[in-house]
Amino acid sequence: MRDKYLINARIIDPKNDLDEMGGLIIDSKGLIKAVGKKVSNGNLPAGASKIDLKKQLLIPGLVDMRVFVGEPGYEYKENFRTLSNAALSGGVTSVVSMPNTSPVIDNVSMVDFLKRRGRDKSRINIFPAATLTKNTEGKQMTEFGLLKRKGIIGFTDGIKTVQDPQVMARIMNLASQSEALIMQHAEDNILSKNGLINEGEISTRLGLQGIPFLAEKIIVERDLAFLEEYFCRYHISQVSSEKTISVIRRAKKEGKVFTTGVSINNLSLNENDIGDFRTFLKLSPPLRTENDRKALVQAVNDGIIDVIVSDHKPQDEESKRLTFAQAATGASGVETLLPLALELFHNKSIKLKRLISSITSNPAKILGVNKGNLDKGSDADLCIVDLDKKWTVDKDKLKSKSKNTPIENRKLQGQVLKTFVKGELAYEGI
Amino acid sequence: MAIIKKLKAIKIEQNHLLGIQNLSFSQINDILKQAKTFITLNKSSSKKMDILRGKTQINLFFEPSTRTQSSFELAGKRLGADVMSMNIVNSAIKKGETLIDTAMTLNAMHPDIIVIRHQDSGAPNLLSQKVNCSVINAGDGRREHPTQALLDALTIINRKGKVEGLKIAICGDILHSRVARSNIYLMNLLGAEVNVVAPKTLLPHSIERLGVKAYTDMKKGLDKCDIVMMLRLQNERMQGSFLPSAREYYEYFGLTPDKLKMAKKDALIMHPGPMNRGVEIDTNLADDINRSVIREQVELGVAVRMACLKIFCKKT
Repeated sequence: MRDKYLINARIIDPKNDLDEMGGLIIDSKGLIKAVGKKVSNGNLPAGASKIDLKKQLLIPGLVDMRVFVGEPGYEYKENFRTLSNAALSGGVTSVVSMPNTSPVIDNVSMVDFLKRRGRDKSRINIFPAATLTKNTEGKQMTEFGLLKRKGIIGFTDGIKTVQDPQVMARIMNLASQSEALIMQHAEDNILSKNGLINEGEISTRLGLQGIPFLAEKIIVERDLAFLEEYFCRYHISQVSSEKTISVIRRAKKEGKVFTTGVSINNLSLNENDIGDFRTFLKLSPPLRTENDRKALVQAVNDGIIDVIVSDHKPQDEESKRLTFAQAATGASGVETLLPLALELFHNKSIKLKRLISSITSNPAKILGVNKGNLDKGSDADLCIVDLDKKWTVDKDKLKSKSKNTPIENRKLQGQVLKTFVKGELAYEGI
Repeated sequence: MAIIKKLKAIKIEQNHLLGIQNLSFSQINDILKQAKTFITLNKSSSKKMDILRGKTQINLFFEPSTRTQSSFELAGKRLGADVMSMNIVNSAIKKGETLIDTAMTLNAMHPDIIVIRHQDSGAPNLLSQKVNCSVINAGDGRREHPTQALLDALTIINRKGKVEGLKIAICGDILHSRVARSNIYLMNLLGAEVNVVAPKTLLPHSIERLGVKAYTDMKKGLDKCDIVMMLRLQNERMQGSFLPSAREYYEYFGLTPDKLKMAKKDALIMHPGPMNRGVEIDTNLADDINRSVIREQVELGVAVRMACLKIFCKKT
């Protein structure tokens, strides 16, 4: 393979605080050889293989910290191949796969399977997470040390929360020793029992059991209290309410060190979008009020929230064509993460560089992987975007095996043109 | 005169009765006006009509019900429809069939009306998207029970002449009650002032946003009311720790002669049934023929359901 020259692009690399017109050279091993304004048409060797990006945006490939794959057990919802195609068409080149499969990822023998399938069937980088507790039962912790050595990137019960405070305290205590990354889905199961949507006027009108904001806040407060005693790598997977943001803001002011994520759904939609029982908007954490949404956007701007995730949760149509109470939870989203995030740039909610850092360099830093940057010598995982291209979401054109997008027919601005993984063109839009 | 003509000219285009929230003022008036004509008919010796002759009505009840189901059955039969009541306990639903599949199966039998009761809020909405006959909501989860609210309105009109300007208190388990929600919408729309009275644990979040005043002191909530609507308190609420005991509930929220004194002298007592005597209502008050219209509610229920069936039945 010869060197590739990508030229005439607007390059944004939040990690290196770079935002300039220029180019990027990919070497024969698929690594980044040079980047920036010094790479321009004028100083390329004659006969070089070059791609003129026509002033489009070039950013690191996205790192999505929360993605559900159907393998093993739910292959009919999503497999590694379909996930990979979906991710690439959205500029996502690395994902953290959630362990809520069947069986769940809670022992070392499962890790080899995942890594092999991920390598053989997908073109993106799969960073598998394992559960915090055996069978996500919240009782017996998993083998953090052994699993981490096998290549597990972090630990989470995914859609579940460790309820028992004693177990959680011990998990955090032990994690501080093995430097394992703990990713908590913050939801008190008893407070949210049978809950379907945000508790408030809409839940009263629709006659649906509500999920109070307290269910989230109380777990975050509990865990942050533990963090004071047992310092470990602690990450709140997703927050949804203004009240939780206040808790986080206060804790950061006190100097506590931890990180926080938010789903793009909670940044772009609110409970009103549920309308007449639209089950595609049955999500966890639930969509909350417009005030909550605005507080989340503000928190991303302020750096209180570090990461935006797709919370990609493919569900087959059958499991959504039920009454709201019976319908499955979750929405597909890995391929619309970037365009939907860009909506927040276009409507002037969040600055472009901040937005891009929350889906590239920030998640990579939390995970401790050399991704989401354009460093010299890094894998050339790249995403080329037309910032202004207008298009409309059409579920039938989505690459994911499941079509449960919460933003069907939404008019978006910004589309992925090309995605490179390790220097190779892995996706090209039409 | 011109206004009345205009109201008449508005036709009911929507084929389904999913909830009071989806009805317009004129649709409600049409239903109530039609129901009035059936009250007299139901008292005559020849009750059968042929308005719905040749039409098929399926009652699909996923929750046990005595009065609503028999009321709908009788209403359909009196209008001349063929009425079939599905016994869900023996049906394919119990074998894992989804609501939509059941709907498609029934739809293939070409019914004209499906009357549905379901434990999940929104089930009638889902059903209405999948079938091409009229869907009538006979109660879904804790969302709506429109025919109950309509029969309550008809009972009030029958006794008081109108709903407009009255003060109505709805008391009891508002949180879990579809009857409360439908009545709040309907009585507000008809121009009444609505109070809700309940312990805090049984008041839904943001209930004031539905246009009511909320009270936890029953005497204050009943002050100068024309109508006192009591709701059934389900026994299982005690287990969920919503309340300490039935005894304490009765002390503070049971309708007793002492508390009723706060309401107007001629205030009417209503209850959608089935009643828990001695839990939410004093047994003598429930039977007081001067105050309680509980049996009249049941009687007018048939008339209201006949009106709904006639108006919402698919036009062919």
